[in-house]
Amino acid sequence: MPGEGTNAAWVFLAPALVLIGVFFFVPVAAALLLSLTDFDIYAVASAENTRFVGLRNYTQLVQSPLFWSSLKNTFYFALVGGPLTIAVSLGAALLVNAKLVRWKSLFRTIYFTPFVTTLVAVAIVWRYLYHTRYGLLNYGLQALGIAPVDWLGDPRWAMPAIILMAVWKNFGYNMLIFIAGLQSIPDELYDAAKVDGAGPVRQFVNVTLPMLGPTLLFVGVITMIGYFQLFAEPYVMTQGGPLRSTTSVVLLMYEEGFRWWRMGYAAAIAFVLFLVILLATLVQLRLQRQRV
Amino acid sequence: MSTKLSAALLAALAACTPASGTEPDAIRIWAMGREGEVLTELMPAFEREHPKVRVRVQQIPWTAAHEKLLTAFVGDATPDIAMLGNTWVPEFVALGALEPLDDRVAASTSLSPGEFFPGVWNTNVVDGKAYGIPWYADTRVLFYRTDLLKAAGYDSVPMTWAGWREAMVRMKARMGPRQYPFLVPTNEWPPPVILGLQNGAPLLRDDGLYAWFTDPRFRRAFDFYVALYRDSLAPKVSGAEVSNLYQEFARGNIAMYVSGPWQIGEFRSRVPAEAQSTWMTAPLPGPDGPGVSIAGGASLVIFRGSTRKNDTWKLVEYLSRPDVQLRFYELTGDLPTRRASWDDTTLANNRYARAFRQQLDRVVPLPKVPEWEQIATKVFEYGEQAIRGRLTVDQTLTALDRDVNGLLEKRRWMAAQRSAEQRSAAP
Repeated sequence: MPGEGTNAAWVFLAPALVLIGVFFFVPVAAALLLSLTDFDIYAVASAENTRFVGLRNYTQLVQSPLFWSSLKNTFYFALVGGPLTIAVSLGAALLVNAKLVRWKSLFRTIYFTPFVTTLVAVAIVWRYLYHTRYGLLNYGLQALGIAPVDWLGDPRWAMPAIILMAVWKNFGYNMLIFIAGLQSIPDELYDAAKVDGAGPVRQFVNVTLPMLGPTLLFVGVITMIGYFQLFAEPYVMTQGGPLRSTTSVVLLMYEEGFRWWRMGYAAAIAFVLFLVILLATLVQLRLQRQRV
Repeated sequence: MSTKLSAALLAALAACTPASGTEPDAIRIWAMGREGEVLTELMPAFEREHPKVRVRVQQIPWTAAHEKLLTAFVGDATPDIAMLGNTWVPEFVALGALEPLDDRVAASTSLSPGEFFPGVWNTNVVDGKAYGIPWYADTRVLFYRTDLLKAAGYDSVPMTWAGWREAMVRMKARMGPRQYPFLVPTNEWPPPVILGLQNGAPLLRDDGLYAWFTDPRFRRAFDFYVALYRDSLAPKVSGAEVSNLYQEFARGNIAMYVSGPWQIGEFRSRVPAEAQSTWMTAPLPGPDGPGVSIAGGASLVIFRGSTRKNDTWKLVEYLSRPDVQLRFYELTGDLPTRRASWDDTTLANNRYARAFRQQLDRVVPLPKVPEWEQIATKVFEYGEQAIRGRLTVDQTLTALDRDVNGLLEKRRWMAAQRSAEQRSAAP
């Protein structure tokens, strides 16, 4: 009887479905509804002060220069920081995986450490490193005869400074995934390439990269999704300044939502960010499919 | 196994309950920044006077203060009493978070409204009711180079706009092309707002339902402001572009700057020694004589949710006493809000504080609407457009009115709802 089997399946699925429903679909639906209202501090005082405003939050959002500049900052961070992180982690994976290297697990652990440390603590330490007068980084620059840079106080340098820290913090995790990917490439392929006369560079381009295709896709998508949600780094290090140059979309959402308590508007920002990430993921999938 | 687990859970739960477990009845007070640190030092004396009352001070950082207070209100976890920036008072009143204090003030033997600076007291009054007691005052005055002014032929700062401007023109004539008599960072809202208030512009009209920047009184003030940049009396720079204000001041690259009381300490420690004798403070000039300034500062408020309002009020009275205010001034540099506190020699002898004392008699509150901070941001954003010549003064003020009216739309809708209710309630 197919009916009985289906019922049993529903019973087994129920716990998971209920959990997903309660903790995912209900909040998402509630947020969507919220984004169509003007819920603000007046509404906190009395629920009667809430109005259904249709798409007004969204039209206001696209007219707000602050939203566009924060979107630009987020793209800057994701499009520069993302590829940079992937490149550094791939490089580190190749180095750690090289046959000549000894104490592999030691290096793996060292490179992985930043990823498991608390972001807020790390951000505070990096703030010291970036200090204009007493920071280690400017101390190094001075030794090279370069004038000190006001890393976190100069609108031009604040975002690069945050990217540098994010790369250092995140490359370890991707590196581990790349190492796993590298180890699954059969040695015969390299042997065959060698027989055909391929040097290390050709081996990398024609064997390693194609074989890493799925790993690259996974790492690319995960990194990008994470980077589009940039929040804690600027929140701790710059509070979105100087001159709003490090205000990301999520930081803007936090400010609107929890600082000014404009929840309807903040929910609209969340949905726009969701669309942006969805689009970026689709683009990435398309690009990868063409390449592989 | 299960007992071990439940014991661990219990321990974890115990760790989660608020630290007040040790002092279940302690009054909880929240304060920001340096004030929060100093408050701890003021508490032992209070607890000696009131042996049955315990106080627990919670410091919160300024950058997170607003969201913490709001979240606490929504989560029904407000403290008994808090320090609140006085521009935030209208917002928390709109929320219904604050306890009106009029009855307690009327019954109090230790403080009365008349003893405070009227403008500062007034910032806590919303719709005729007082919701906070001013704790410290903050206003803006002029910091200037006495020698540069003297070289231009003045013993003191002229107190009318026309005279003040003339003094700037004369100073500029003796300066290099990259030196300016007045520094007014383009990304600050207080300068245009203060000038408007000085000329009697209310900024908003109809009980804060509509913007009123196109009011001729504001227009005249805004003209004065924009002309400072147009005639090169002030450089077109934002605050972030001034790397070291004190050095620029000492070098004579700027001769005047409008700022608040915290700057006295900064000027004392950061202006190089050889230039120390050349700076002074003065109250702000106005259109036809000494002008008004902003009534800033912070207040002590009692939350409606407090269960210990009587003891909490004792703490408010204690912190408002002139001797405690003075001790607080010594620890923080924050200016006292009661006239009596200024009679003491410590403050009377501080020559830089004198201008603040005079100015505090002439301070006015900012518009009391919860949207004020957003409005202030608009003011300087549009001000910058006018300064850089991207918009004419008329275009700027029309656009400013339009945007600010947009921000106030919700207030108008709520007012319309209220009057509709009243009409339907009337027979």
